[in-house]
Amino acid sequence: MVSLMHFQLLSAALFAIGLYGVLARRSAVLIVMSIELMLNAVNINLIATASHLGYRDAGEVFANFDGQIIAIFVITVAAAEVGLALAIILRIYRNRSTVNVDEIDLMKW
Amino acid sequence: MSWFLFILLSVFTLGGALAVVATRNVVHAALALLVSLVAVAGIYLILYAEFLALVQVLIYGGAIIIVLLFAIMLTRSGEYPRISDNRQWPLAVVAALGVLGVLVPAFLIRGVDQSRPHHPDFPELANSLFTRWAIPFEVASLVLLVALIGAIIIARTGEDGR
Repeated sequence: MVSLMHFQLLSAALFAIGLYGVLARRSAVLIVMSIELMLNAVNINLIATASHLGYRDAGEVFANFDGQIIAIFVITVAAAEVGLALAIILRIYRNRSTVNVDEIDLMKW
Repeated sequence: MSWFLFILLSVFTLGGALAVVATRNVVHAALALLVSLVAVAGIYLILYAEFLALVQVLIYGGAIIIVLLFAIMLTRSGEYPRISDNRQWPLAVVAALGVLGVLVPAFLIRGVDQSRPHHPDFPELANSLFTRWAIPFEVASLVLLVALIGAIIIARTGEDGR
């Protein structure tokens, strides 16, 4: 039987892969993709927890899907974030002809 | 059957994710991300979250991947020779393994009272979304509106052509 723990381990692995991508990739587009992976890891965790943990009332277990609703909000924010990230990447490309984050060092002290 | 589906979808999810962070071709990375995200939709189906699986395929598979592909094509970032990882990748490996080393033991300690997977149906979900979570729902739509207006303002070309 697949239990909550297995979904949580999957989400931990996905989150770690996404974190590696954010820290190690050079292109801003690839960094945005890695952020999407991390957000998906969080969503797996939220939905797995929501579907495995109900609340008990008078000895009976009821479904509690607040986690699913929070996951809907996470997806909304992810969509907004990708739109803004595309706009910023296009702007940077137009001004500096590159999207490599280690060449965008104007604000680096 | 449940195990078989879980293992299969996990392999696709993690394999796609590894391809995203390892490939040298940006377009291949976007397609690998699509594989990973659709496999995550399958994971939601195992968890009895049909609505979320639908939303995942529509928004991630339909919208976000397309937007990312537009970003790749408009910036020609595929043509850059030094597209690979930067110098700090060993540090990134250490950080990722560190996070994994914290999360995995935390998840292995089973302190929660588990029950079987529930099966909330659409009306219950909609009821909860539009009663208890109505104000956060409206705020989320406002966030989306403001973000998209901001994106248009940032990305548009001004009168001087810049």
